[in-house]
Amino acid sequence: MLVYATKRLGLAVVIVSVAMLLLFCMIYLIPGDPASVALGPRATDAMKEALRIRMGLDQPIWVQFWNFYSGAWTGDLGVEVLSERPVLTVVLEQLPFTLALIAGGITWSVALGIPLGCWAAVKRGSLADRFVGVVSVAVIAIPSFVIAIYALLIFAVTLRWLPAIGAGDPGDLGDQLIHLILPSLAVGLGWVGYIARMVRASMLEVLEASHIRTARAFGLPERQITYRYALSIAILPTVTLLGVGIGQMLSSAVFAEIVFARPGIGRLVFDAILTRNFPLVTGAVLVTTVLFVLLNLIADLIVGALDPRVRSSF
Amino acid sequence: MRRLLREPLGVFGLGLVILVVLSAVFADVVTQFDPNRISPRDRFMDPSTTNLLGTDQLGRDLFTRVLHGGRIALYVALVSTAISLAIGIVLGLIAGYGPRWLDNLMILIFDAMKSFPTVMLALALVTLFGPSLTAVMVVVILVNVPGYARIIRTQTIALKSSEFVTAAQSMGASTGRILRVHILPNVIGPIVILASMDIPVVIAIEAGMSFLGLGVRPPTPSWGSILNDGFANIRETPWIAIAGGVPIIITTLGFTFLGETLRDVFDPRLKGR
Repeated sequence: MLVYATKRLGLAVVIVSVAMLLLFCMIYLIPGDPASVALGPRATDAMKEALRIRMGLDQPIWVQFWNFYSGAWTGDLGVEVLSERPVLTVVLEQLPFTLALIAGGITWSVALGIPLGCWAAVKRGSLADRFVGVVSVAVIAIPSFVIAIYALLIFAVTLRWLPAIGAGDPGDLGDQLIHLILPSLAVGLGWVGYIARMVRASMLEVLEASHIRTARAFGLPERQITYRYALSIAILPTVTLLGVGIGQMLSSAVFAEIVFARPGIGRLVFDAILTRNFPLVTGAVLVTTVLFVLLNLIADLIVGALDPRVRSSF
Repeated sequence: MRRLLREPLGVFGLGLVILVVLSAVFADVVTQFDPNRISPRDRFMDPSTTNLLGTDQLGRDLFTRVLHGGRIALYVALVSTAISLAIGIVLGLIAGYGPRWLDNLMILIFDAMKSFPTVMLALALVTLFGPSLTAVMVVVILVNVPGYARIIRTQTIALKSSEFVTAAQSMGASTGRILRVHILPNVIGPIVILASMDIPVVIAIEAGMSFLGLGVRPPTPSWGSILNDGFANIRETPWIAIAGGVPIIITTLGFTFLGETLRDVFDPRLKGR
């Protein structure tokens, strides 16, 4: 396990490094100078030159990359242009809101997806199975921002059941949870489909396994076989799937934060684009990328701990 | 084709796709309005027999804008999918057939590119590029290419050691000829099906970026920007948001149902991906 964990961690570090290199190349290669982008069209040449020197853009490219790279590993992502606060501080302030939203999305997708997938597998070939199949494909296909807007329109504007905007009163956990219901539904609904399909497929496989046949031969009730012996194994691939899913949920979270006017990383980056706060955009992209790689790593390690076959094939 | 028509879901998907394509192609014939003509007196009109979906905050006919928005969506989807396919196939062949070190390097870059969350990548690129249709297409290509290239690479590696390729090599065929004549025809089928299944995703990216005001520039109609107009006025005139969202749902559902059925019919091996 230790060997597997070390190798997997090493790969994660390499991937993050290459991602940083790519991000840096994109910034460097794309026409347009970050300093003039930040200052806007009315800036004088002297102002641009001063900012360029302050941002270190006057140095050779490899020095710039080294500053960017070594800074990023030590948590120094530079300062944002407007308030001159460290980028990392600003990003980390907003991160909990986005993480809460993703956690809510996972809750929705697991709470709806696992029972649906399980139901479809048990009733294989029936109308219920087909129904779950079509619904899964449909919720995967519909973009999350359309779901977000329609959820806002139906539950907040028309029915007025749930609040439309904001993250709730900071001191009041209940209020925050109520504000989380709709945005996290928009983030998680698509994943209900992925999880239902995945659970259905692995359930069908597990239900054929010999230990299930043995359990049947012992005359255990079908309910117990399904939930205790089959589902507990069939759920495993879902962990890996969620690791990948979190990256996409991060994308959906951007839309949910904007539609429901919630604080969070997506909102932060969106506002940073409108104010041309370039270091903030790069910093936030980097933090979310690291977060994504990290969560994937955790998902892989969990699966590795549970399933020895994964460890040996790496 | 006949097997496709036996699947009710496939027929339904095909119907929706045909509806969307026809309404985009014949947008000028179906409605007589100009999608971009502003008439302040007709702002926020309720849906009626003249304006089937009502009018928006600038008095433009929404039904016309929805139809013309379909052109943008389909154009972006087809062109950027085709470009990503071409780049992905070439890179995949190079990675699969080329030397080992190049393969490892390319796989590493593909994995790193896939580790950027899509919307974050889009937001970062738009900050530099400025919002435009090109920016949308670049994002789509950057998102799609790593996946396509990986699939082509895996298949190329599998074919590389097969007997007919070894035979061609021993007969002195050039690398270019082997890739073009012997490998490409064998790998292209599944990838085209997979790419066509990504069309709804591409449409969602275009609509999503236009919704954020980072894609198609006004006044060009796009489903995403109509949705954004509707979102801005959602309490007073909810039909604008409905008009922007429904075509997105119809199109993504249509292409997805059609794609899923096509895949099951043509290539059952790809099932469950």
